[in-house]
Amino acid sequence: MITTAEETEGVGVPRLNVGEWIETGFDWINDNLGWLFDIIQTVVSTLTGGLDGALNTPDALLLALVFSLLGWLVKDWKLGLLSIVMLVFVISIDQWENAMTTLALVAVAAAIALVIAIPLGIWAARSDRVSQTIRPVMDLMQTMPAFVWLVPVVTMFSIGVTSGVVATIIFALPPGVRFTELGIRGVDSEVVEAGHAFGSTPGQILLRIQLPLALKTIMAGVNQVIMLALSMAVIAGLVGAGGLGGEVMRAIGSLDIGLAFEAGLAVVVLAIYLDRVTSAIGHGGMAMGRMSKLLRRGRPRRSPEPVPTNTA
Amino acid sequence: MFKAFGKRPDEIVRRIKDGADREDVKDLGTAAVIDASFDVQPGEVFVVMGLSGSGKSTLIRMVNGLLPATSGSIEVGGEDIARLSAKELRRVRREKVSMVFQHFALLPHRTVGQNAAYALEVQGLNRSDRERKAEEALQMVGLDGWGGSMPDELSGGMRQRVGLARALAAGTDVMLMDEAFSALDPLIRREMQDQLVELQEQLGKTILFITHDLNEAMRLGDRIAMMRDGRTVQIGTSEQILNDPANDYVAQFVQDVDRTRVLTAGAIMEPPVAVLGTEQGPRTAHKLMREHQTNVLAVVDRGKKLHGFVHEAAVAAAVAQGTNTLEGLLQPAPSVHAETPLAELMTQAAQSEAGLAVIDDAGRLEGIIARVTLLNALAEPKHTTHDTPEAVTAP
Repeated sequence: MITTAEETEGVGVPRLNVGEWIETGFDWINDNLGWLFDIIQTVVSTLTGGLDGALNTPDALLLALVFSLLGWLVKDWKLGLLSIVMLVFVISIDQWENAMTTLALVAVAAAIALVIAIPLGIWAARSDRVSQTIRPVMDLMQTMPAFVWLVPVVTMFSIGVTSGVVATIIFALPPGVRFTELGIRGVDSEVVEAGHAFGSTPGQILLRIQLPLALKTIMAGVNQVIMLALSMAVIAGLVGAGGLGGEVMRAIGSLDIGLAFEAGLAVVVLAIYLDRVTSAIGHGGMAMGRMSKLLRRGRPRRSPEPVPTNTA
Repeated sequence: MFKAFGKRPDEIVRRIKDGADREDVKDLGTAAVIDASFDVQPGEVFVVMGLSGSGKSTLIRMVNGLLPATSGSIEVGGEDIARLSAKELRRVRREKVSMVFQHFALLPHRTVGQNAAYALEVQGLNRSDRERKAEEALQMVGLDGWGGSMPDELSGGMRQRVGLARALAAGTDVMLMDEAFSALDPLIRREMQDQLVELQEQLGKTILFITHDLNEAMRLGDRIAMMRDGRTVQIGTSEQILNDPANDYVAQFVQDVDRTRVLTAGAIMEPPVAVLGTEQGPRTAHKLMREHQTNVLAVVDRGKKLHGFVHEAAVAAAVAQGTNTLEGLLQPAPSVHAETPLAELMTQAAQSEAGLAVIDDAGRLEGIIARVTLLNALAEPKHTTHDTPEAVTAP
C-alpha cells in the first residue's frame, strides 16, 4: 500500500495513503453494515421528526410559557422571567419554528449521546483498561474538526437530519463519558469501602452509593453534552439538518447579515436557556428546587417528637 | 497471615519467609503485614496499635476481605475469609462482620436514619423492620430523634455515632473499628470511648479496634497487639505491655502513657500479709503485728468480708487494759475496687497511713495497697533499659 511514486516534501519520506485507507474502511462499513444504518436512519428520523412536530404544534407563546415555567420550577422566578423574555424575543424575530427544529435535533442527539456515554463512563470508571482504551478514542472524537465528521456521516446517511444528529452525537459524546468516569472515580473511596464492608453487591454500590454521589459531576457532563450538541447542531445545518443551522447556511449563501444574526441570536437564546436549566438541575437539582419544596410543604413530618435543634 | 502489595506479592512473601526484611523487598512492592497471628476471643475488645505505616489498617481490612490476604488464613466464626468466593464474602459481611470507619463514611445524600439502616437494607429487610432497628441503634448511641437529619447537619462526634449505630444495627457479632475515634477532638474522643465501653458491657460484641493512640488502646483493649513495620511486636493486656514491654520500641511507647489511668488497683495490690479474724482478740493482733513487722491489720470475718483496720497503738492500749474483744478498736478501712485506676486512689491513699483495702462487690477483702506499693507502681518498670528521669526514682 505504501507507494513511492508520489512525491512528498521530505526526501525519502514515502507518501502514506491514510485517506485512502480510511475511505476503504468506511466503504467496507457501508457495504457490510448497511442494515444497521437503515435502522439508525429510521429511529433517528422518526424521533427527531416526531419531536420537531410536537414542538411546533402548540402555539409558540404557550410553549414559551411552559419552558419558562420549567425554568422557574428548577431554579427560581428570575430564571423564569429571563426565559420568557428571551423566548418571546425568538418568536418576535420569527425564528421560533427553526429554533424548535434545532431543539428537537439537540434533544434527540443529546439523549442518544447520554444513553451511550453514561454506561460507557461507568464502565471506564470500573476498569482501568477500558478507561485507557477509550481515552484516545474520545480525544479523537473531540479534537477532530467538527466539519470532518460530516463527510463520512453523509456517505452513510446521505443529506438530511439523520446525518446531522449522528455527527452531533459523535461530537457531543466525549464529555458525557469523561464526566461520568470522573464523577464515579471521585466518590470518596471510604464510602465505597463502607458499602463493600456491609456486604453490598456491585450493583447496589453503583446505584446506592456511586451514582448518587457522582450525580453532580455527571450532570455537569450532561450540561456539556447538551451545549456541544447545540454548537454542532448548527454546523449540522451544512448537511441539511435544517433548523437554525439551515438558516445560518442560507444566510452565508446569500450574504444576508440580518438573517445570519437573527438565527445566531436565536442560537444564543437556546444556549443560555439550556445551560441555565441543566446546570440548575445539576446543582442539587430538582431536590433543592421549588418543586420538592412544594412537595415537602404538603407532607407533614412523620415523627411525633419535635425536631431536635442543634444546640450542642 | 501476610499481605504484600506490588506486582508480584507472592514473591515478596516468599522472600520475607526466607528471612528478608521489609526494606529488602522494597523494589518489588510493600510488605504491609508480615506474619501477623492472633486469636480474638468472643466478647473481647482486641486493639491493634501501631503508627501509620505499621500495617494495622491493612490488617483490619483483611479480616472482612476488603483486602485479600497474600498468604495465610483468617477465620471468622469458623469460615476462612481468604478462601471464600465474592458472593460468600458478601454474606459474611452482611451476617457476621460490620465495620466503623475513621472518617465515618456516611452516605451524604441519605438521612441519619437511612444511613443507620444501610446494612439492613443490604440484608434485604423490609422497610418497617429496618426503620425500627435503625431507630433502636440510634437510641443506643444517644441519637434518638435525629433520624430525619442529614449527616452534614451533625458534628463529627455525632456523625461517628451514626457510623457506630450503622454497625450496631447490622446485628453482627464481630465489629471492626478502623481508627474509629482518631478523627475526633480529644474531648469527644474520650466521650466516645466511654460510650463504647458502656455499650460493650451491654452487648458483649467481639471488637477488633485499630488505633495509633496508646492511651486509647489501653482504655479500650482487653488485649493489645503492638505492630511495627508490618509485624506484631507484642500481644498482651495493657498491664503486661506497660510493665513488661517486649522490646525497646514498645518501652519507648509506653513511656508517655499516663500509668495512673491504665494501671488499676487490682493490678498492683498485694495479698494481705496477715489478717485478723473478727472473733480474735487484741493479743492475737499484737502477736501478728510483731511477727509481720506491721503496724496495721485488716479485720475480716469468716466470709472474708472486710470489717476495718486495727492500728498498733490501739491494740497495745487494749492489751495493756486486758480487753478481750476487738470492739471499739476497729477503724473504718478506706477501700477501693480492683478495677479503680490508680489516678483515683491518690487522694484516699494520701489520707490513710494504713494504706488501702481492695474489696470486691460483696465487700470481701481481695488485697492491700500500701503507700509504698502505690509509689512503686507509678515508677517506670525496672527493666527498662532507658535512663529516664522517672526511672531514677524507682527503687
